[in-house]
Amino acid sequence: MTASIIKLDTTPEDHHIARMAAVALGLTVLENAIPSPLPGVKPGLANIVTLIVLARYGWRAAAWVSLLRVLAGSLLFGNFLAPGFFLSLSGAVCSLAMLALSMHLPQRWFGAVTHSVLAAFAHIAGQMLVVYLWLIPHSGIAYLIPIFATAALVFGTVNGLVAMRFINDAPTSSRLTG
Amino acid sequence: MLQHIKPGDFLTLMIGAIGTVWVTMIVWSGGAADTALIRSGGKIFRVVPLSRDQQIEVPGPLGTSIITIEKRKARITSDPSPRQYCVRQGWLQQAGEIAICLPNEVSVELTGGQKKYDSLNY
Repeated sequence: MTASIIKLDTTPEDHHIARMAAVALGLTVLENAIPSPLPGVKPGLANIVTLIVLARYGWRAAAWVSLLRVLAGSLLFGNFLAPGFFLSLSGAVCSLAMLALSMHLPQRWFGAVTHSVLAAFAHIAGQMLVVYLWLIPHSGIAYLIPIFATAALVFGTVNGLVAMRFINDAPTSSRLTG
Repeated sequence: MLQHIKPGDFLTLMIGAIGTVWVTMIVWSGGAADTALIRSGGKIFRVVPLSRDQQIEVPGPLGTSIITIEKRKARITSDPSPRQYCVRQGWLQQAGEIAICLPNEVSVELTGGQKKYDSLNY
């Protein structure tokens, strides 16, 4: 019997995406330790990584990091294919769609803060849509929109500022490249 | 910190804040109530407008509940129920709000504008 070795050909870019996704995953774990007053209101620290990757390596890499983080995070917390997973996924997909649009804004005028806030609004919009269409098909959930919108505005701004700091501080390479 | 915010970001933040306040006002303002629906024993006892200040006595199995309507608000002023939950609930102002005295089978519900939802009508 011969030992069979399965070798996947990986590129440096793959390694890089995996590292960034791991950093994002770490932030997700960290964030889960923070108590939240309302399910769904959380800072979304992992999106800082997504924003940095978006600024440095483009949308494709950012999408990989974001979706890998959602998938790995759900496996880690044991809610893969549970409602919470689909909420994360819908939020991430809507955020990425928004980022795909907002990244074309002139960079001279719009920075990570804009991307972050817009993505945060898209995130809650996507989540509320899934909640409404699937989990709680009742117009009463509209009552919660102001809370989620305020959280998106605040946390979106904070995450954007943190991401912008990293983007500005290390303009060429390293630092967060892992 | 400010050097990390570009001019356009302020625009985004401003529009975001205005949008949030606007949505909050729409969602949370609620319909202003204009009538009070008074039930006794599950049947509608009286439907009264909130525009006229008055006191209404509603008979129930335990005794008489007194409902006060004043300044477009309504409350149950007195009730023979042992725990006084409905009395302690205080003034009702928005459409959809309701005070129920279960032991005396009396309730006041405010209606008007568009009916707001709560877990009871789900």
